Amino acid sequence: MSVLEIQDVRARYGQIEALHGINLTVDEGEVVVVLGANGAGKTTTLRAICGMVSTSGTVNLHGTNIVGTDTADIVRMGVAHVPQGRGTFPELSVVDNLNVGAYVRKDKEIGADIDKWFEIFPRLAERRTQLAGSLSGGEQQMLAVARAMMSRPKVLLLDEPSLGLAPLIIDDLFKQFASINAELGTTMLVVEQNANLALGIASRGYVIEAGEIVLSGTAEELRNDDGVRAAYLGV
Amino acid sequence: MSLFLQRMIEGLSNGAMYGVVAVSLVIIFKATTLINFAQGGLAMFGAYMANVFAIEQGLPLIVGILLGAAVMAVVASGIERVLIRPFDPSNHLPVVLITFGIAYILQAVAAWKFGTEFKSFPSPFPSGPTDHIEIAGARLRYERLGVVLVLIIMVGLVHLILNRTKIGLAFRAVSSNTESAKLVGVKTGRTLNFGWALAAMFGGVAGGLVAHFTQLDSGFMDKILIFSFAAATLGGLDSINGAVIGGLIIGLVESPIQPMVRDYVPGFHFLTSDLALLVAFLLILGVLLVKPAGLFGTTRVERV
Repeated sequence: MSVLEIQDVRARYGQIEALHGINLTVDEGEVVVVLGANGAGKTTTLRAICGMVSTSGTVNLHGTNIVGTDTADIVRMGVAHVPQGRGTFPELSVVDNLNVGAYVRKDKEIGADIDKWFEIFPRLAERRTQLAGSLSGGEQQMLAVARAMMSRPKVLLLDEPSLGLAPLIIDDLFKQFASINAELGTTMLVVEQNANLALGIASRGYVIEAGEIVLSGTAEELRNDDGVRAAYLGV
Repeated sequence: MSLFLQRMIEGLSNGAMYGVVAVSLVIIFKATTLINFAQGGLAMFGAYMANVFAIEQGLPLIVGILLGAAVMAVVASGIERVLIRPFDPSNHLPVVLITFGIAYILQAVAAWKFGTEFKSFPSPFPSGPTDHIEIAGARLRYERLGVVLVLIIMVGLVHLILNRTKIGLAFRAVSSNTESAKLVGVKTGRTLNFGWALAAMFGGVAGGLVAHFTQLDSGFMDKILIFSFAAATLGGLDSINGAVIGGLIIGLVESPIQPMVRDYVPGFHFLTSDLALLVAFLLILGVLLVKPAGLFGTTRVERV
């Protein structure tokens, strides 16, 4: 069954429509990638899911339409969003960033979860009392991912996690995404320009251009598509 | 020397009151980058409520002041919900104008309900002619020292609330990055509402302390608000500790420093205490020109 089912979604910023009726689905436990150039509507797609842009159409989360639902409530329904540019809390310490990531939880395992993510990202553990604003770009992205996972989401939305990071760090990060998906079964929707990496961890993908889905298929099909190869794989 | 020490304690206790009001300004500013000009009015109304509870109903004064502050917290929470939240928070002008409007409405209601004549207001601390300790010939009055003690307690309390409670964590998150706060499930409206209530409670307590020294009328907080604004600007509008230190500095400038300059620096005999407000305004101007982030404020750098 589809965890996330987007039907004929349109999104607009003021007078300008950024998504012209897109359809996509993400199944339970799947990693799905949305490829597209700058301004194609990748970020807007994620914002439409989270209720952060004026949206019409249907976004079914586990079969419930969440269009018009308050962002904070969508988070409570199990969606975590790592926004473009990390979206950490610069004036809060690393450990408080993780604490606030667990804001929607009421169980007693928050401390244990923080320790777990410190084990996965040891560089964050070294900086636990430092303010998030003082971290490097790579560390901020680790923190943003760990913070999103602190809410124990069923669906993780990742907005261009590779943006502005060094290639080695990006490789590490995507390995972590793959292992989070494998071990915790977290469903992921990743938007990326770095098609090579994203298709490496995804089972399926979509290509978005000027606010419309122009292509969809398995990772293998997209990797072999001439248009995708020319536009996103540089071959 | 003893006169200097005595004036210094006076300055510090005035400064403590400015500090408490400045903290209430900072709480709102941190979260919204707005100056709430209704803060003085809320504090004034809190003092009148304390007057109702303590003097008219006969409750102990401390209880009256705390109840007054609690009532103002509820009032501020209502104001935020009805008059502030419907407006786009990134568009500051309408909201600032609304806070001005609220200040005048509170003054009008106070004058209408409680009368326009000055009322004396007791101190929650011993304030008889002999209630003081003497150090080096200076009389340090308990009513003055008590105000400083209240400041210390209040600031400790706000740090506890912000750093040790869940709502405090949410408040700091909203202050740091509103959009990300929504993305971790924080209800930003409710969180800001809490900020308004907390700030009004601070203001209410300050009002109950200041009224003893100025007497009670519908405009008694106006001047205090200007000094507190100067204090918050000096300390850094987003720094709670900065607001406290700024308050104490303004208090010291007003009390021992300004009279000393007047008495001992040739050519400054015109600097009477009536000009204290002018000094406060010059200080605001100076800080905004030279170091807009204040002494302890964060200079925000936008990563692009």
